[in-house]
Amino acid sequence: MLIFVRSIAHLFEPHTAMTNSACASDLIRAVEQAASPASLVSAVRALAEARLEAGIPTLISALGYNNPEAAVIAVQGLVALGEVAVQPLMERLDDYNYGARAYSFRALAAIADPQALDFLINAAETDFAPSVRRAATKGIGQLRWSHLPTEQRQNAQNRALQTLLGLAQHPDWDIRYAAVVGLQALASSGEATAGELAARILAQFNHIAQTDADLAVCARAAMAQQQLKALSNHLAAIGH
Amino acid sequence: MLEISTEQPLQSESQSAEPSNGEALTLEQAIANLSHPDLSLRYYAAWWLGKFARGNAQAVDALILALEDEADRTELGGYPLRRNAARALGKLADCRAVPGLLRCLECSDYYVREAAAQSLGMLGDRTCVSALMQLLHGGVAAVQPEPGKPHLTQPAEAIIEALGLLNASEAVPLIRPFLEHPAVRVKHAAARAMYALTQESVYGERLVQALDSCDLKTRRTVLMDLGASGYLAGAEAIAQAAVENSFKVMALKSLLENHLKQQLEAVLVSPSTERVMNLIDSLL
Repeated sequence: MLIFVRSIAHLFEPHTAMTNSACASDLIRAVEQAASPASLVSAVRALAEARLEAGIPTLISALGYNNPEAAVIAVQGLVALGEVAVQPLMERLDDYNYGARAYSFRALAAIADPQALDFLINAAETDFAPSVRRAATKGIGQLRWSHLPTEQRQNAQNRALQTLLGLAQHPDWDIRYAAVVGLQALASSGEATAGELAARILAQFNHIAQTDADLAVCARAAMAQQQLKALSNHLAAIGH
Repeated sequence: MLEISTEQPLQSESQSAEPSNGEALTLEQAIANLSHPDLSLRYYAAWWLGKFARGNAQAVDALILALEDEADRTELGGYPLRRNAARALGKLADCRAVPGLLRCLECSDYYVREAAAQSLGMLGDRTCVSALMQLLHGGVAAVQPEPGKPHLTQPAEAIIEALGLLNASEAVPLIRPFLEHPAVRVKHAAARAMYALTQESVYGERLVQALDSCDLKTRRTVLMDLGASGYLAGAEAIAQAAVENSFKVMALKSLLENHLKQQLEAVLVSPSTERVMNLIDSLL
Protein backbone atom coordinates (compact mmCIF):
# COMPACT_ATOMS: atom_id res chain seq x y z
CA MET A 1 0.00 0.00 0.00
CA LEU A 2 2.85 2.37 0.83
CA ILE A 3 4.37 1.77 -2.59
CA PHE A 4 1.14 2.86 -4.19
CA VAL A 5 1.04 5.98 -2.07
CA ARG A 6 4.58 6.91 -3.15
CA SER A 7 3.86 6.18 -6.76
CA ILE A 8 1.23 8.85 -6.92
CA ALA A 9 3.04 11.27 -4.59
CA HIS A 10 4.58 13.09 -7.56
CA LEU A 11 1.10 14.17 -8.59
CA PHE A 12 0.99 16.60 -5.71
CA GLU A 13 2.96 19.74 -4.99
CA PRO A 14 6.05 18.82 -2.91
CA HIS A 15 4.64 20.23 0.28
CA THR A 16 1.17 18.68 -0.13
CA ALA A 17 2.78 15.44 -1.23
CA MET A 18 4.45 14.92 2.10
CA THR A 19 1.47 15.70 4.26
CA ASN A 20 -0.96 13.85 2.03
CA SER A 21 1.06 10.68 1.73
CA ALA A 22 1.85 10.57 5.41
CA CYS A 23 -1.77 11.22 6.16
CA ALA A 24 -2.96 8.67 3.57
CA SER A 25 -0.75 5.88 4.85
CA ASP A 26 -1.94 6.49 8.41
CA LEU A 27 -5.57 6.47 7.35
CA ILE A 28 -5.07 3.35 5.25
CA ARG A 29 -3.25 1.56 8.06
CA ALA A 30 -6.07 2.40 10.44
CA VAL A 31 -8.52 0.64 8.12
CA GLU A 32 -6.27 -2.38 7.64
CA GLN A 33 -5.60 -2.76 11.34
CA ALA A 34 -9.09 -2.05 12.63
CA ALA A 35 -9.78 -4.62 15.34
CA SER A 36 -13.53 -4.21 15.81
CA PRO A 37 -16.52 -3.47 13.58
CA ALA A 38 -16.90 -0.04 15.21
CA SER A 39 -13.25 0.93 14.74
CA LEU A 40 -13.46 -0.26 11.12
CA VAL A 41 -16.45 2.01 10.54
CA SER A 42 -14.68 5.05 11.97
CA ALA A 43 -11.43 4.29 10.11
CA VAL A 44 -13.28 3.90 6.81
CA ARG A 45 -15.18 7.11 7.49
CA ALA A 46 -11.94 9.03 8.12
CA LEU A 47 -10.39 7.66 4.93
CA ALA A 48 -13.52 8.35 2.89
CA GLU A 49 -13.79 11.91 4.16
CA ALA A 50 -10.14 12.62 3.33
CA ARG A 51 -11.00 12.07 -0.38
CA LEU A 52 -7.56 10.79 -1.27
CA GLU A 53 -6.92 9.05 -4.54
CA ALA A 54 -4.39 6.92 -2.70
CA GLY A 55 -7.17 5.62 -0.49
CA ILE A 56 -9.21 4.18 -3.37
CA PRO A 57 -7.91 0.58 -3.22
CA THR A 58 -8.51 0.46 0.53
CA LEU A 59 -12.02 1.88 0.19
CA ILE A 60 -12.72 -0.80 -2.43
CA SER A 61 -11.44 -3.50 -0.06
CA ALA A 62 -13.78 -2.16 2.61
CA LEU A 63 -16.73 -3.11 0.38
CA GLY A 64 -15.93 -6.76 1.08
CA TYR A 65 -15.38 -6.78 4.85
CA ASN A 66 -18.93 -7.95 5.54
CA ASN A 67 -19.62 -4.74 7.47
CA PRO A 68 -22.58 -3.03 5.75
CA GLU A 69 -22.11 0.26 7.60
CA ALA A 70 -18.47 0.49 6.57
CA ALA A 71 -19.35 -0.54 3.02
CA VAL A 72 -21.98 2.18 2.65
CA ILE A 73 -19.49 4.80 3.87
CA ALA A 74 -16.84 3.46 1.48
CA VAL A 75 -19.33 3.72 -1.42
CA GLN A 76 -20.00 7.35 -0.49
CA GLY A 77 -16.28 8.01 -0.37
CA LEU A 78 -15.72 6.44 -3.78
CA VAL A 79 -18.65 8.34 -5.28
CA ALA A 80 -17.26 11.61 -3.89
CA LEU A 81 -13.93 10.87 -5.57
CA GLY A 82 -15.80 10.45 -8.83
CA GLU A 83 -14.37 9.36 -12.16
CA VAL A 84 -10.90 8.69 -10.82
CA ALA A 85 -12.39 5.72 -8.92
CA VAL A 86 -14.01 4.12 -11.97
CA GLN A 87 -11.02 2.24 -13.38
CA PRO A 88 -9.95 0.85 -9.98
CA LEU A 89 -13.53 -0.20 -9.22
CA MET A 90 -13.69 -2.16 -12.47
CA GLU A 91 -10.22 -3.68 -12.05
CA ARG A 92 -10.68 -4.66 -8.45
CA LEU A 93 -14.10 -6.24 -8.73
CA ASP A 94 -14.49 -9.02 -6.17
CA ASP A 95 -15.33 -12.18 -8.11
CA TYR A 96 -15.96 -14.21 -4.98
CA ASN A 97 -18.10 -11.88 -2.87
CA TYR A 98 -21.34 -10.79 -4.48
CA GLY A 99 -22.12 -8.45 -1.59
CA ALA A 100 -18.92 -6.53 -2.35
CA ARG A 101 -19.69 -6.61 -6.07
CA ALA A 102 -23.14 -5.11 -5.49
CA TYR A 103 -21.54 -2.21 -3.58
CA SER A 104 -19.03 -1.72 -6.41
CA PHE A 105 -21.84 -1.47 -8.91
CA ARG A 106 -23.80 0.94 -6.71
CA ALA A 107 -20.70 3.13 -6.66
CA LEU A 108 -20.25 2.87 -10.43
CA ALA A 109 -23.95 3.63 -10.96
CA ALA A 110 -23.72 6.75 -8.79
CA ILE A 111 -20.48 8.02 -10.36
CA ALA A 112 -22.23 7.47 -13.71
CA ASP A 113 -19.14 7.58 -15.90
CA PRO A 114 -20.23 6.30 -19.34
CA GLN A 115 -16.85 4.55 -19.70
CA ALA A 116 -18.39 1.88 -17.46
CA LEU A 117 -21.27 1.17 -19.87
CA ASP A 118 -20.00 -2.18 -21.19
CA PHE A 119 -19.04 -3.23 -17.72
CA LEU A 120 -22.52 -2.43 -16.40
CA ILE A 121 -24.25 -4.15 -19.32
CA ASN A 122 -22.21 -7.28 -18.82
CA ALA A 123 -23.03 -7.46 -15.11
CA ALA A 124 -26.71 -6.65 -15.61
CA GLU A 125 -27.05 -9.47 -18.12
CA THR A 126 -24.79 -12.15 -16.70
CA ASP A 127 -24.01 -11.79 -12.98
CA PHE A 128 -25.63 -14.57 -10.99
CA ALA A 129 -26.39 -12.34 -7.98
CA PRO A 130 -29.69 -10.42 -8.17
CA SER A 131 -28.34 -7.56 -6.05
CA VAL A 132 -25.52 -7.03 -8.56
CA ARG A 133 -27.86 -7.23 -11.54
CA ARG A 134 -30.26 -4.72 -9.96
CA ALA A 135 -27.51 -2.19 -9.23
CA ALA A 136 -25.98 -2.54 -12.69
CA THR A 137 -29.36 -2.32 -14.44
CA LYS A 138 -30.25 0.89 -12.65
CA GLY A 139 -26.77 2.25 -13.42
CA ILE A 140 -27.04 1.68 -17.18
CA GLY A 141 -29.79 4.27 -17.51
CA GLN A 142 -28.33 7.06 -15.45
CA LEU A 143 -24.88 7.48 -17.03
CA ARG A 144 -23.72 11.02 -17.77
CA TRP A 145 -23.95 10.84 -21.54
CA SER A 146 -22.66 14.39 -21.96
CA HIS A 147 -19.24 13.12 -20.82
CA LEU A 148 -18.94 11.13 -24.05
CA PRO A 149 -17.71 12.71 -27.30
CA THR A 150 -20.76 13.73 -29.34
CA GLU A 151 -20.11 11.14 -32.06
CA GLN A 152 -20.21 8.27 -29.55
CA ARG A 153 -23.22 9.45 -27.63
CA GLN A 154 -26.07 8.20 -29.73
CA ASN A 155 -24.54 4.78 -30.19
CA ALA A 156 -23.97 4.39 -26.45
CA GLN A 157 -27.50 5.50 -25.61
CA ASN A 158 -28.92 3.07 -28.12
CA ARG A 159 -26.99 0.22 -26.56
CA ALA A 160 -28.26 1.24 -23.14
CA LEU A 161 -31.80 1.42 -24.52
CA GLN A 162 -31.66 -2.02 -26.15
CA THR A 163 -30.18 -3.60 -23.03
CA LEU A 164 -32.77 -2.05 -20.73
CA LEU A 165 -35.68 -2.97 -23.04
CA GLY A 166 -34.41 -6.56 -22.93
CA LEU A 167 -34.07 -6.50 -19.13
CA ALA A 168 -37.62 -5.13 -18.86
CA GLN A 169 -38.73 -8.61 -20.04
CA HIS A 170 -36.63 -10.47 -17.46
CA PRO A 171 -38.39 -13.30 -15.57
CA ASP A 172 -37.50 -11.72 -12.19
CA TRP A 173 -39.64 -8.78 -11.07
CA ASP A 174 -36.75 -6.95 -9.39
CA ILE A 175 -34.76 -6.81 -12.63
CA ARG A 176 -37.81 -5.57 -14.54
CA TYR A 177 -38.35 -2.95 -11.84
CA ALA A 178 -34.70 -1.84 -12.04
CA ALA A 179 -35.01 -1.72 -15.85
CA VAL A 180 -37.96 0.69 -15.53
CA VAL A 181 -35.89 2.88 -13.18
CA GLY A 182 -33.03 2.77 -15.69
CA LEU A 183 -35.28 3.55 -18.65
CA GLN A 184 -36.78 6.53 -16.86
CA ALA A 185 -33.34 7.94 -16.15
CA LEU A 186 -32.33 7.37 -19.78
CA ALA A 187 -35.44 9.13 -21.07
CA SER A 188 -34.87 12.05 -18.70
CA SER A 189 -31.25 12.57 -19.68
CA GLY A 190 -32.18 15.54 -21.86
CA GLU A 191 -30.00 14.82 -24.86
CA ALA A 192 -30.49 15.87 -28.46
CA THR A 193 -31.79 12.40 -29.31
CA ALA A 194 -34.00 12.30 -26.26
CA GLY A 195 -37.21 13.20 -28.07
CA GLU A 196 -37.22 10.01 -30.08
CA LEU A 197 -35.76 7.96 -27.25
CA ALA A 198 -38.25 9.28 -24.72
CA ALA A 199 -41.22 8.55 -26.99
CA ARG A 200 -40.06 4.96 -27.39
CA ILE A 201 -39.58 4.57 -23.64
CA LEU A 202 -42.94 6.16 -22.82
CA ALA A 203 -44.69 3.66 -25.07
CA GLN A 204 -42.89 0.85 -23.26
CA PHE A 205 -43.95 2.20 -19.85
CA ASN A 206 -47.54 2.30 -21.01
CA HIS A 207 -47.28 -1.36 -22.01
CA ILE A 208 -45.57 -2.42 -18.76
CA ALA A 209 -48.03 -0.52 -16.55
CA GLN A 210 -50.91 -2.41 -18.12
CA THR A 211 -49.45 -5.88 -18.54
CA ASP A 212 -46.73 -6.66 -16.01
CA ALA A 213 -47.45 -9.66 -13.79
CA ASP A 214 -46.24 -7.83 -10.66
CA LEU A 215 -48.26 -4.92 -9.33
CA ALA A 216 -45.12 -3.19 -8.04
CA VAL A 217 -43.62 -3.12 -11.54
CA CYS A 218 -46.90 -1.80 -13.00
CA ALA A 219 -46.92 0.94 -10.37
CA ARG A 220 -43.29 1.86 -11.01
CA ALA A 221 -43.93 2.09 -14.76
CA ALA A 222 -47.02 4.24 -14.15
CA MET A 223 -45.00 6.55 -11.91
CA ALA A 224 -42.24 6.80 -14.52
CA GLN A 225 -44.82 7.59 -17.18
CA GLN A 226 -46.36 10.41 -15.13
CA GLN A 227 -43.02 11.91 -14.16
CA LEU A 228 -41.72 11.79 -17.73
CA LYS A 229 -44.83 13.48 -19.06
CA ALA A 230 -44.59 16.16 -16.37
CA LEU A 231 -40.94 16.67 -17.29
CA SER A 232 -41.63 17.06 -21.00
CA ASN A 233 -44.52 19.43 -20.31
CA HIS A 234 -42.21 21.45 -18.13
CA LEU A 235 -39.53 21.53 -20.83
CA ALA A 236 -42.11 22.53 -23.42
CA ALA A 237 -43.36 25.30 -21.14
CA ILE A 238 -39.90 26.81 -20.72
CA GLY A 239 -39.35 26.61 -24.45
CA HIS A 240 -37.07 23.62 -25.02
CA MET B 1 -43.97 -21.26 10.81
CA LEU B 2 -42.99 -21.64 14.43
CA GLU B 3 -40.27 -24.18 13.70
CA ILE B 4 -39.01 -25.61 10.46
CA SER B 5 -40.47 -29.05 10.03
CA THR B 6 -37.65 -31.56 10.20
CA GLU B 7 -39.66 -34.00 8.16
CA GLN B 8 -39.73 -32.01 4.97
CA PRO B 9 -36.81 -31.42 2.66
CA LEU B 10 -36.05 -27.85 1.78
CA GLN B 11 -38.51 -26.87 -0.87
CA SER B 12 -40.01 -23.91 -2.69
CA GLU B 13 -37.88 -21.19 -1.07
CA SER B 14 -34.57 -22.68 -2.08
CA GLN B 15 -35.71 -24.07 -5.39
CA SER B 16 -37.71 -21.10 -6.55
CA ALA B 17 -34.45 -19.20 -6.90
CA GLU B 18 -33.40 -21.64 -9.61
CA PRO B 19 -36.32 -22.41 -11.84
CA SER B 20 -34.00 -24.41 -14.08
CA ASN B 21 -34.28 -27.25 -11.53
CA GLY B 22 -37.82 -27.86 -12.51
CA GLU B 23 -37.70 -27.50 -16.25
CA ALA B 24 -36.69 -31.11 -16.75
CA LEU B 25 -40.33 -32.20 -16.24
CA THR B 26 -43.24 -31.69 -18.61
CA LEU B 27 -46.74 -31.00 -17.37
CA GLU B 28 -47.92 -34.47 -18.42
CA GLN B 29 -44.95 -36.16 -16.72
CA ALA B 30 -45.46 -34.20 -13.52
CA ILE B 31 -49.16 -35.11 -13.38
CA ALA B 32 -48.31 -38.77 -14.06
CA ASN B 33 -45.57 -38.67 -11.43
CA LEU B 34 -48.12 -37.73 -8.76
CA SER B 35 -49.07 -41.44 -8.72
CA HIS B 36 -45.60 -42.82 -9.53
CA PRO B 37 -44.44 -45.88 -7.51
CA ASP B 38 -41.42 -43.84 -6.39
CA LEU B 39 -42.84 -41.70 -3.58
CA SER B 40 -40.09 -39.08 -3.81
CA LEU B 41 -41.08 -38.43 -7.43
CA ARG B 42 -44.66 -37.80 -6.28
CA TYR B 43 -43.45 -35.33 -3.69
CA TYR B 44 -41.31 -33.45 -6.20
CA ALA B 45 -44.07 -33.49 -8.83
CA ALA B 46 -46.46 -31.81 -6.38
CA TRP B 47 -43.97 -29.01 -5.78
CA TRP B 48 -43.28 -28.69 -9.52
CA LEU B 49 -46.96 -28.42 -10.39
CA GLY B 50 -47.42 -25.68 -7.81
CA LYS B 51 -44.72 -23.70 -9.51
CA PHE B 52 -45.41 -24.34 -13.18
CA ALA B 53 -48.98 -25.55 -13.69
CA ARG B 54 -50.96 -22.37 -13.17
CA GLY B 55 -54.20 -22.44 -15.14
CA ASN B 56 -54.08 -26.20 -15.75
CA ALA B 57 -57.30 -27.84 -14.54
CA GLN B 58 -55.94 -31.38 -14.86
CA ALA B 59 -53.04 -30.56 -12.55
CA VAL B 60 -55.48 -29.14 -10.00
CA ASP B 61 -57.61 -32.31 -10.16
CA ALA B 62 -54.56 -34.51 -9.63
CA LEU B 63 -53.34 -32.41 -6.70
CA ILE B 64 -56.81 -32.47 -5.07
CA LEU B 65 -56.65 -36.28 -5.23
CA ALA B 66 -53.17 -36.17 -3.68
CA LEU B 67 -54.67 -34.39 -0.63
CA GLU B 68 -56.16 -37.80 0.28
CA ASP B 69 -52.91 -39.73 -0.27
CA GLU B 70 -52.28 -42.59 2.18
CA ALA B 71 -49.10 -44.05 0.67
CA ASP B 72 -46.53 -41.39 1.56
CA ARG B 73 -46.11 -41.48 5.36
CA THR B 74 -43.30 -40.43 7.67
CA GLU B 75 -42.18 -42.47 10.66
CA LEU B 76 -44.11 -40.09 12.88
CA GLY B 77 -47.28 -40.50 10.85
CA GLY B 78 -46.98 -37.34 8.74
CA TYR B 79 -48.26 -37.01 5.18
CA PRO B 80 -45.50 -35.36 3.12
CA LEU B 81 -47.30 -35.58 -0.23
CA ARG B 82 -50.46 -34.04 1.23
CA ARG B 83 -48.38 -31.15 2.58
CA ASN B 84 -46.84 -30.42 -0.80
CA ALA B 85 -50.13 -30.87 -2.64
CA ALA B 86 -51.81 -28.44 -0.24
CA ARG B 87 -49.04 -25.88 -0.74
CA ALA B 88 -49.20 -26.26 -4.52
CA LEU B 89 -52.97 -25.76 -4.60
CA GLY B 90 -52.59 -22.40 -2.88
CA LYS B 91 -50.38 -21.21 -5.71
CA LEU B 92 -52.62 -22.44 -8.51
CA ALA B 93 -55.47 -20.08 -7.66
CA ASP B 94 -58.28 -22.54 -8.43
CA CYS B 95 -61.06 -22.43 -5.83
CA ARG B 96 -62.15 -25.99 -6.63
CA ALA B 97 -59.40 -26.90 -4.17
CA VAL B 98 -61.26 -25.31 -1.23
CA PRO B 99 -63.34 -28.36 -0.07
CA GLY B 100 -60.27 -30.63 -0.13
CA LEU B 101 -58.18 -28.06 1.75
CA LEU B 102 -60.97 -27.64 4.31
CA ARG B 103 -60.81 -31.39 4.98
CA CYS B 104 -57.04 -31.01 5.42
CA LEU B 105 -57.68 -28.63 8.34
CA GLU B 106 -58.86 -31.77 10.22
CA CYS B 107 -55.75 -33.80 9.34
CA SER B 108 -53.72 -35.28 12.21
CA ASP B 109 -50.52 -33.91 10.59
CA TYR B 110 -49.80 -30.40 11.88
CA TYR B 111 -47.87 -29.51 8.72
CA VAL B 112 -50.78 -30.51 6.47
CA ARG B 113 -53.06 -28.24 8.51
CA GLU B 114 -50.50 -25.46 8.28
CA ALA B 115 -50.12 -25.78 4.50
CA ALA B 116 -53.90 -25.96 4.05
CA ALA B 117 -54.44 -22.81 6.14
CA GLN B 118 -51.83 -20.91 4.14
CA SER B 119 -53.33 -22.00 0.84
CA LEU B 120 -56.87 -21.20 1.90
CA GLY B 121 -55.67 -17.70 2.73
CA MET B 122 -54.09 -17.39 -0.70
CA LEU B 123 -57.16 -18.67 -2.56
CA GLY B 124 -59.27 -15.91 -1.06
CA ASP B 125 -62.53 -17.88 -0.77
CA ARG B 126 -64.25 -16.58 2.36
CA THR B 127 -66.33 -19.71 2.89
CA CYS B 128 -63.43 -21.18 4.90
CA VAL B 129 -63.35 -18.39 7.51
CA SER B 130 -65.40 -20.18 10.16
CA ALA B 131 -63.42 -23.43 9.79
CA LEU B 132 -60.17 -21.51 10.23
CA MET B 133 -61.55 -19.68 13.26
CA GLN B 134 -62.65 -23.00 14.72
CA LEU B 135 -58.99 -24.16 14.83
CA LEU B 136 -58.17 -21.31 17.20
CA HIS B 137 -61.09 -22.23 19.45
CA GLY B 138 -60.10 -21.79 23.09
CA GLY B 139 -57.77 -18.92 22.22
CA VAL B 140 -54.25 -18.43 23.52
CA ALA B 141 -54.80 -20.87 26.41
CA ALA B 142 -55.60 -23.70 24.00
CA VAL B 143 -52.96 -22.95 21.40
CA GLN B 144 -49.87 -23.97 23.33
CA PRO B 145 -46.78 -26.07 22.58
CA GLU B 146 -47.67 -29.64 21.64
CA PRO B 147 -45.86 -31.90 24.13
CA GLY B 148 -42.89 -33.63 22.52
CA LYS B 149 -43.24 -31.70 19.25
CA PRO B 150 -41.41 -28.65 17.95
CA HIS B 151 -44.68 -26.85 17.24
CA LEU B 152 -47.92 -25.62 18.81
CA THR B 153 -51.16 -27.59 18.96
CA GLN B 154 -52.41 -25.60 15.95
CA PRO B 155 -50.59 -23.72 13.18
CA ALA B 156 -51.70 -20.40 14.68
CA GLU B 157 -49.37 -18.26 12.63
CA ALA B 158 -50.67 -19.64 9.33
CA ILE B 159 -54.30 -19.48 10.47
CA ILE B 160 -54.05 -15.87 11.64
CA GLU B 161 -52.29 -14.84 8.44
CA ALA B 162 -54.97 -16.52 6.38
CA LEU B 163 -57.74 -14.75 8.31
CA GLY B 164 -55.99 -11.46 7.62
CA LEU B 165 -55.71 -12.25 3.92
CA LEU B 166 -59.38 -13.24 3.81
CA ASN B 167 -60.32 -9.89 5.29
CA ALA B 168 -62.20 -11.73 8.05
CA SER B 169 -63.13 -8.79 10.27
CA GLU B 170 -65.37 -11.12 12.31
CA ALA B 171 -62.14 -12.75 13.54
CA VAL B 172 -60.78 -9.56 15.13
CA PRO B 173 -61.92 -10.44 18.71
CA LEU B 174 -60.48 -13.94 18.28
CA ILE B 175 -57.12 -12.73 16.95
CA ARG B 176 -56.56 -9.78 19.32
CA PRO B 177 -55.46 -11.86 22.36
CA PHE B 178 -52.80 -13.55 20.20
CA LEU B 179 -50.94 -10.20 20.20
CA GLU B 180 -49.68 -11.39 23.60
CA HIS B 181 -48.98 -15.00 22.65
CA PRO B 182 -45.61 -16.19 24.01
CA ALA B 183 -44.47 -17.40 20.56
CA VAL B 184 -42.90 -14.41 18.83
CA ARG B 185 -43.92 -15.51 15.32
CA VAL B 186 -47.55 -15.85 16.40
CA LYS B 187 -47.47 -12.47 18.12
CA HIS B 188 -46.18 -10.81 14.96
CA ALA B 189 -48.66 -12.63 12.74
CA ALA B 190 -51.42 -11.29 14.98
CA ALA B 191 -50.11 -7.71 14.69
CA ARG B 192 -49.92 -8.06 10.92
CA ALA B 193 -53.45 -9.45 10.61
CA MET B 194 -54.86 -6.90 13.06
CA TYR B 195 -53.44 -4.08 10.96
CA ALA B 196 -54.81 -5.58 7.76
CA LEU B 197 -58.25 -6.02 9.34
CA THR B 198 -58.56 -2.72 11.23
CA GLN B 199 -56.09 -0.36 9.46
CA GLU B 200 -55.21 0.95 12.94
CA SER B 201 -51.62 2.15 13.04
CA VAL B 202 -51.05 0.88 16.58
CA TYR B 203 -50.73 -2.65 15.16
CA GLY B 204 -48.34 -1.60 12.41
CA GLU B 205 -46.24 0.21 15.02
CA ARG B 206 -45.88 -3.03 16.98
CA LEU B 207 -44.11 -4.51 13.98
CA VAL B 208 -41.98 -1.40 13.49
CA GLN B 209 -40.84 -1.72 17.09
CA ALA B 210 -40.07 -5.41 16.65
CA LEU B 211 -37.58 -4.42 13.92
CA ASP B 212 -35.26 -3.34 16.73
CA SER B 213 -34.80 -6.95 17.75
CA CYS B 214 -31.13 -7.82 18.22
CA ASP B 215 -31.59 -11.09 16.32
CA LEU B 216 -31.04 -10.84 12.56
CA LYS B 217 -33.36 -13.74 11.77
CA THR B 218 -36.17 -12.11 13.73
CA ARG B 219 -35.54 -8.79 12.00
CA ARG B 220 -35.80 -10.49 8.62
CA THR B 221 -39.11 -12.16 9.40
CA VAL B 222 -40.56 -9.00 10.95
CA LEU B 223 -39.53 -7.16 7.81
CA MET B 224 -41.61 -9.61 5.78
CA ASP B 225 -44.53 -9.30 8.23
CA LEU B 226 -44.43 -5.54 7.91
CA GLY B 227 -44.43 -5.88 4.13
CA ALA B 228 -47.37 -8.27 4.23
CA SER B 229 -49.31 -5.97 6.58
CA GLY B 230 -49.53 -3.20 3.98
CA TYR B 231 -48.73 -0.63 6.72
CA LEU B 232 -47.30 2.09 4.48
CA ALA B 233 -46.07 4.24 7.37
CA GLY B 234 -43.60 1.43 8.09
CA ALA B 235 -41.80 1.92 4.77
CA GLU B 236 -38.98 4.09 6.16
CA ALA B 237 -38.43 1.65 9.03
CA ILE B 238 -38.05 -1.16 6.50
CA ALA B 239 -35.60 0.86 4.41
CA GLN B 240 -33.49 1.67 7.47
CA ALA B 241 -33.55 -1.74 9.15
CA ALA B 242 -30.25 -3.48 9.78
CA VAL B 243 -31.01 -6.21 7.26
CA GLU B 244 -29.60 -7.07 3.82
CA ASN B 245 -30.81 -4.93 0.91
CA SER B 246 -32.44 -7.83 -0.89
CA PHE B 247 -34.78 -8.45 2.05
CA LYS B 248 -35.68 -4.77 2.23
CA VAL B 249 -36.44 -4.64 -1.48
CA MET B 250 -38.69 -7.70 -1.18
CA ALA B 251 -40.43 -6.34 1.92
CA LEU B 252 -41.08 -2.94 0.32
CA LYS B 253 -42.46 -4.59 -2.78
CA SER B 254 -44.80 -6.65 -0.66
CA LEU B 255 -45.76 -3.54 1.34
CA LEU B 256 -46.63 -1.64 -1.80
CA GLU B 257 -48.62 -4.48 -3.34
CA ASN B 258 -50.51 -5.32 -0.15
CA HIS B 259 -51.37 -1.69 0.37
CA LEU B 260 -52.69 -1.49 -3.18
CA LYS B 261 -54.73 -4.67 -2.68
CA GLN B 262 -56.25 -3.29 0.52
CA GLN B 263 -57.57 -0.21 -1.28
CA LEU B 264 -61.06 -0.44 -2.75
CA GLU B 265 -59.95 1.45 -5.81
CA ALA B 266 -56.26 0.94 -6.28
CA VAL B 267 -54.52 4.11 -7.45
CA LEU B 268 -51.08 2.94 -8.54
CA VAL B 269 -49.43 6.33 -8.19
CA SER B 270 -50.15 8.51 -5.16
CA PRO B 271 -47.83 10.48 -2.88
CA SER B 272 -47.66 7.54 -0.47
CA THR B 273 -46.93 4.86 -3.09
CA GLU B 274 -44.37 7.19 -4.68
CA ARG B 275 -42.61 7.36 -1.32
CA VAL B 276 -42.34 3.57 -1.16
CA MET B 277 -41.11 3.35 -4.75
CA ASN B 278 -38.47 6.02 -4.15
CA LEU B 279 -37.22 3.93 -1.23
CA ILE B 280 -37.06 0.81 -3.42
CA ASP B 281 -35.17 2.80 -6.08
CA SER B 282 -32.62 3.89 -3.50
CA LEU B 283 -31.97 0.28 -2.47
CA LEU B 284 -31.35 -1.11 -5.96
